[in-house]
Amino acid sequence: MSTLISYSKTLKKRRLVSSIVHNITFIAASASTIAVVIILATLLNESLQFFEKVNILEYLTGTQWTVLFEEKKFGVLPLLNATLLSSLIALGLAVPIGLAIAIYLGEYASNRVKNIFKPMIELLAGIPTVVYGYFALYFVTPQLLRFFLPDIQINNILAAGLMIGFLIIPIVASISEDAIRSVPLDLRLAAYAVGARKFEVVLKIVIPAALSGIFASIILAFGRAMGETMIVAIAAGFRPILSYNVKESMETMTGFIAQVATGDAPYGTIEYSSLFAVGLTLLLMTYPLNLIALRVLKRWAIRY
Amino acid sequence: MPVVYSLGLFIAILFIVSLLIYIVATGSHRLSWSLLTNFPSSNPREAGMLPAIYGTLWTVGLSTLMSFPLGIATAIYLNEYSGMEKLRSFLQINLNSLAGVPSVIFGVVGLGFLSYTLGLGRSILVGAILLAFLTLPLVTVSALEALKAVPDDLRFGGYALGATRWEVIKSIVLPRALPMMLTGSILAISRAMGEAAPILVISGLLFIREVPASPLDRFTVMPLLLYNWISRPQLEFRELASAGIIVLLLMLILLNAVAIYLRYRLSRRR
Amino acid sequence: MMGHEVLEQEFKLAEELGKVRDEIHIKVEELSVYYRKRLAISNINIEFLKNKITAIIGPSGCGKSTLLRSINRMNDLIPDAIVKGRVYLDGVNIYDKSVDPVAVRAVVGMVFQKPNPFPMSIYDNVAFGVKINGLTRNREELDRMVEDALRKAALWDEVKDRLDAHAYELSGGQQQRLCIARALAINPKVLLLDEPTMSLDPVSTAKIEELLYKLKSELTIIIVTHNMLQAARVSDYTAVMMPNEKMVGTLIEYGPTKEVFTNPRDKRTEAYISGKVG
Repeated sequence: MSTLISYSKTLKKRRLVSSIVHNITFIAASASTIAVVIILATLLNESLQFFEKVNILEYLTGTQWTVLFEEKKFGVLPLLNATLLSSLIALGLAVPIGLAIAIYLGEYASNRVKNIFKPMIELLAGIPTVVYGYFALYFVTPQLLRFFLPDIQINNILAAGLMIGFLIIPIVASISEDAIRSVPLDLRLAAYAVGARKFEVVLKIVIPAALSGIFASIILAFGRAMGETMIVAIAAGFRPILSYNVKESMETMTGFIAQVATGDAPYGTIEYSSLFAVGLTLLLMTYPLNLIALRVLKRWAIRY
Repeated sequence: MPVVYSLGLFIAILFIVSLLIYIVATGSHRLSWSLLTNFPSSNPREAGMLPAIYGTLWTVGLSTLMSFPLGIATAIYLNEYSGMEKLRSFLQINLNSLAGVPSVIFGVVGLGFLSYTLGLGRSILVGAILLAFLTLPLVTVSALEALKAVPDDLRFGGYALGATRWEVIKSIVLPRALPMMLTGSILAISRAMGEAAPILVISGLLFIREVPASPLDRFTVMPLLLYNWISRPQLEFRELASAGIIVLLLMLILLNAVAIYLRYRLSRRR
Repeated sequence: MMGHEVLEQEFKLAEELGKVRDEIHIKVEELSVYYRKRLAISNINIEFLKNKITAIIGPSGCGKSTLLRSINRMNDLIPDAIVKGRVYLDGVNIYDKSVDPVAVRAVVGMVFQKPNPFPMSIYDNVAFGVKINGLTRNREELDRMVEDALRKAALWDEVKDRLDAHAYELSGGQQQRLCIARALAINPKVLLLDEPTMSLDPVSTAKIEELLYKLKSELTIIIVTHNMLQAARVSDYTAVMMPNEKMVGTLIEYGPTKEVFTNPRDKRTEAYISGKVG
């Protein structure tokens, strides 16, 4: 039928519109890829400027960071240490609480309870971080922590870590709960069938089965904790020291970035480039964590 | 045994409640209209949030104008057009990677690339671009969920009538998916409003006295202003910060209430 | 003896003439379809006749729907699907490069197994194809086309007072007839139906079979069905598909329905039919 071919010709315009949309949406979809490339390129480029002036070995192994002082030392370890310390404290709070919430909401709570409390937990992630910082500085440290640790400084890494901990609870709770919920019914039924009681089933069967999902949630939470800025800027202070005394004020990597930003370092100065070096270091620590966690989650989603 | 697990929930809720009570207790008496309409000042009695409110509205508004179409277009490509599995997972991996970048890094890169290399200055525009990319994964993921929720049957029905791909998307898929996409966008706005770190790096702690007039102007946003006030030693500024926090939280609550209402309306549709 | 031969020849001639009077509308030649490199149907050769109803029957998974979808190029929409061979519609190979699959679908309509009306009003559902294909800009003509299609689908009387009602308010059987109306509104030459009454009750099924019978004077109809009684009731010609030893769908029998059911040529057809009907 010649009309098929002639109709095909008249369709050209409609076809063209669809192709144009195809191309436009493709460009849009590449935006995040382009953004990632720009992020990496910018950080690398400026860091190179930094490392032209600073010995990379000193950077990685030095224990003094006095970039904003007269006599400049460029050892990043104090910042790194403070970041890890605050993040580990955060995990120490978030993992047990988050897991407990995940287990409670996933296994024990009724749907009604779940529908009320689950959004409340998500709230923890929705509160602006400056609020956490404020709470830490003006309530948690002076009214709470000082009660147990009278010699605690007004800025300290412990309060910051604890606040970050609350911030990341939803990450642990939400992803772990998904993991727990996805454990197949058969596994649980089998355990019940041999006479196990509920808490034994949960502890010995469900949690081990959901372990990789739980693990991924912890990794993601860890990454989030390391990247947190405002809480540490407000609550932990700007003292770049290498210490394990959590009652002290310490500057994390993100805290340093905030400090430089507050001080307004002119373009081209060593302070300016140090922003990028520290930023790159932070990214190199959090990015792989993200990839690992996502990989674990993907593989695990395929399994169940 | 469940009692032990519910302890976790209890602690979390207790924390939220005590946080909110503390904020309200220390700040509610400083709430007033002048808080919203005054300019910042070194005198805490006269200080207000006006430029910061404008700054927030400008940056978040502009960023939404960018992230909404970008996110939806991305989702449309990934779900409706993309054929090659490898390309699609590559694009998706990068989307997820973007989500994992700490927000302060966006600020650092924005400063180096957008403000200086591209010469856009430390402006609202740069802040908006950063917020847009920061929230892009969120908008895209919820747009994707919205598209996936549209059953394939409907698409096939459209194709079988001799419609092109775009016609099917435009007339059948999008109308059905749009409400859910809006919800995701509102959540993104919520997130963008609370972000201080990237703006801090771009803008610094400026004492902004004027209401910004163009996207190229310097600016500040509400969370940053709060950071400023929190850092001041005087008790009055501390209370001011508390009041400011209440204002910010109320705006966020309002926004999320709209999102929840939308979601409720959605679930009543057939 | 010679008389007998002459008679045979006359019979054969009459048969051929009879066939020629039944025009070939769609000719499928050496059609094979692969899904993700796995062969689903292989080397299908069949001629569908104009203004007749042809049923395609066979056990599930033997590729009936795949064959159907090849006739309106819906397989093109499935990623990793490869179609080889030719399908001629009135002499033109629909898989030829100069033919746009979108054009094919405007001429060959399809109704699906599960009713899939759009989430719009009844009127908008039927008008959808008309608007997309730009068949009219005139509101009155559109109204007329919608009414026409709904009448042909035996649905007009039931919905004429509520054309603005949402399609989902209709019952399953009504929704399926709505889908038929929607397909008919753009005046296709061929209508493909993929197990259209599978999820419907007997009353709705009967209504649809009845309207198909009336439609065949205007259209060529090809219907895939699980239900052999339906095939026997409704169709003029029947094609039987079966999976071979390698689980690939092949056409094992094709002919006038009466013959296929009472005197099938292939043993497998007989087994299939008697297994189901007997």
